[in-house]
Amino acid sequence: MFDLASSQMIVYGLLAGFVFGFLLQKGGVTRYRVILGQFLLKDFTVLKVMFTAIVVGAVGIWGMRSAGMDFPMHVKNAAILANIVGGLIFGVGMAVLGYCPGTGIAAIGDGSRHAIPGVLGMIVGGALFAEVYPSIKDGFMKLGDAGKITMADVTALSPWWLIAALGVIALVLFVMLERVSPGSAGSAHGERNIGVGHSD
Amino acid sequence: MNLLRWARWNPYLVGIGIGVLSWIAFAGMHKALGVSTTPAKFAGMATGVAAPQHVEANSYYGKYFDSDAGKVMFDWQFFLVLSLPIGALVAAKLSREKFTETVPALWASRFGGSKAKRYAAAFVGGAVMLFGARMAGGCTSGHGISGGLQLAVSSWVFFIAMFASGLVTAFALFGKDGRQHV
Repeated sequence: MFDLASSQMIVYGLLAGFVFGFLLQKGGVTRYRVILGQFLLKDFTVLKVMFTAIVVGAVGIWGMRSAGMDFPMHVKNAAILANIVGGLIFGVGMAVLGYCPGTGIAAIGDGSRHAIPGVLGMIVGGALFAEVYPSIKDGFMKLGDAGKITMADVTALSPWWLIAALGVIALVLFVMLERVSPGSAGSAHGERNIGVGHSD
Repeated sequence: MNLLRWARWNPYLVGIGIGVLSWIAFAGMHKALGVSTTPAKFAGMATGVAAPQHVEANSYYGKYFDSDAGKVMFDWQFFLVLSLPIGALVAAKLSREKFTETVPALWASRFGGSKAKRYAAAFVGGAVMLFGARMAGGCTSGHGISGGLQLAVSSWVFFIAMFASGLVTAFALFGKDGRQHV
């Protein structure tokens, strides 16, 4: 049960996590107020980071595959009902905690004390799901199951049309957002929270 | 380099960075950025210390702890999760940020300054969130970014559901007035 990955995979994991955590902190998304600012539609940093990452990531990964490079894709099962209900539950928890799993764990390194009980809660949430899973795995978890499909499969379009569409949507969104909420997290609304945070 | 000392990077630059990181993860490491499997596996490991036969009999943990199928407890993602806070800590130190937060201003404006209350809410929020992530099959990283860029149907469905629900929850908790505190 307590198996260890190869030393190469350990180094790869440590490197990827370090860079990911570094970028999340520099982007300001390891901050509670930036995450809640997104859900309250005031600070759009989260959407800007995510949509840029998705479009840049898609161009590179589909591009490398088109160029003949061979590496596995990791598409998750479209068990539509579980995706929707799970997503709805996730959103409630994320708005209460003020972090998603990745930003919450990174936030501990960025000085967020309340992220620590948040991460402990995540472990308990995982345990709870494991207890519930056996009773829903053959019913609820299979409802609307379409397998590991992409939007390219569904629409029978080239992925490049979809990536182009995504790029255009992102661009229009960004132009609009820069009018509502310009700049980066922190700089847009001042740094007034840094070093304050109602500690004790 | 001066850039490393900047407290905040432009969100588009950060997005490009995460996008490029996912190229390296996919093509170089044969992995997709993701986080939420690890807390669930950690839960199984912790439960396994107290009740190993319970974990062995559980069909959810079985998906992740099957050594015969090449499944590894301390895998790539485990080490990614381990070094996430280190990356964030170094990023904060480089810009000499001295940030600590126990009760965020927005939270305090609505629910008061009690640390115990905030910590309890954070705990429950984390539990609810991860329950949802495991049901949906991923989180904002695994579904949102990695799944989004693969154009996965499951991931875009998750993304829309979680964003709508987070928005409704945030407005229900803090209302429009909450916007003055973020």
